[in-house]
Amino acid sequence: MNPTLYYIIVVFVVLMVPLNLAAILIWLERRLLALWQDRYGPNRVGPFGLLQSVADMVKIFFKEDWIPPFADKVVFVLAPAIIVVTVLLTFAVIPFAPSFVVANLNIGVLFFLGLSSLGVYSVVLAGWSSDSKYSLLGGMRASAQMLSYEVFMGLAMMGTVVMAGSFNLSDIVEAQRHVWFVVPQFLGFVLFFIAGIAETRRLPFDLPEAESELVAGFHAEYSGMKFGMFFVGEYMGVILISCMITLLYLGGWLGPWLPAGVWFAIKVFLLICFFILLRAALPRPRFDQLMSWGWKIMLPLALVNLLVTGALVLAFK
Amino acid sequence: MEVVFYIAAIVAIISTVLAITRLNAVHALLYLIVSLLSVAIVFFVIGAPFMAALEVIIYAGAIMVLFVFVVMMLNLGKKATDMEKQWQRGGMWVGPSILAAVLIAEVAYLVSSPATAVYGSTVIEPKQVGIVLFGPYLIGVELASMLLLGALVGAYHLGRRTPEKTEK
Repeated sequence: MNPTLYYIIVVFVVLMVPLNLAAILIWLERRLLALWQDRYGPNRVGPFGLLQSVADMVKIFFKEDWIPPFADKVVFVLAPAIIVVTVLLTFAVIPFAPSFVVANLNIGVLFFLGLSSLGVYSVVLAGWSSDSKYSLLGGMRASAQMLSYEVFMGLAMMGTVVMAGSFNLSDIVEAQRHVWFVVPQFLGFVLFFIAGIAETRRLPFDLPEAESELVAGFHAEYSGMKFGMFFVGEYMGVILISCMITLLYLGGWLGPWLPAGVWFAIKVFLLICFFILLRAALPRPRFDQLMSWGWKIMLPLALVNLLVTGALVLAFK
Repeated sequence: MEVVFYIAAIVAIISTVLAITRLNAVHALLYLIVSLLSVAIVFFVIGAPFMAALEVIIYAGAIMVLFVFVVMMLNLGKKATDMEKQWQRGGMWVGPSILAAVLIAEVAYLVSSPATAVYGSTVIEPKQVGIVLFGPYLIGVELASMLLLGALVGAYHLGRRTPEKTEK
């Protein structure tokens, strides 16, 4: 096939699939939560309630798009765009199958870390520009939480980078041909998973938007599609983290019999379901517990993991 | 790629100027973030992708978040804006302008001289950076890490609470 045309198709698929998948995930999450809590969930619109997301979208587009008069208007409008842009940009370095990637950067892992740290601005600026106390508290919690969990997220990832000897995500997947990194890097896998949940602000780490204490946290003042962008951004974040866990620890597209892309999709889907199960199963910790847990337990463990991995790789070389 | 370099450089200059002149602290910080991001693009274009990534992760992604965090906590209002307006009048521009003029003269000299640095000829891999850092520049790395450790211990000492005030 014409290489230019091939790249245009790849870019189009990489843009459209996460966006639409995020909408379907909203339905999937509500149905799965209902299943695990012995309820029905949304089952009225279309077969199995599948069109619920479409109905929600139509509704959200026709809602009044209100900017509070006391808000900092430019920053208020900018904030929801940042999260969608950073998450969608990160999908550019994800290899969904061999050679099915928009930008095969040799610093893929660092690109992911950089954009995920820029994503913090979305919640921080949303919280600040809304100029209301609930939003400000949510924004402050979000920035503290995401900053501290990012530190050991990066450190946990470095274990796989050391073992693969490359920052390139395709090389990291190829290095797992004999054994998936989840086996030698089990501690790193657990740490990265926890940091990933915190990074996407999902339960049990959803303190920035804890409904029972902060109304809706940093997006309390948002309405219409601006709120929708935060919502979709969160679900795309879940897809992104699932993709990263698959690539770094679960062998990416590697697997017997089935084609590469199918294996990737299966692994990501199972991880997303696990994310939803966590939401159904776990309570929310207190904020100071969350912070001290991060700095006093997770960070030392990540450092020890990296140190031991480095020493062993050096010893067996 | 040369076009990308010039666009990023112009964006860096404009956003830095705006970062200095904005009266609202958060707006100024936002322009500073844009400036850092455009510098990262400049690094990427001249063949240092590792530096570009670190610039985004550390400067734009971590240090500036802390700045925004602190400004958010301070809850600056109209008073701070007025104070900033007062500071930015007349006289305070003289010193920085002289220093900036010196820099501009240097840049003009470098551009006009034939021995300008080549750019974009080689891409420096992360591995090369690591080998150089822990080879010839090992002492520099160690000194920097000691300095950071000192800062960390100092910050811990300042943030320490006296035992009788801690509540469980």
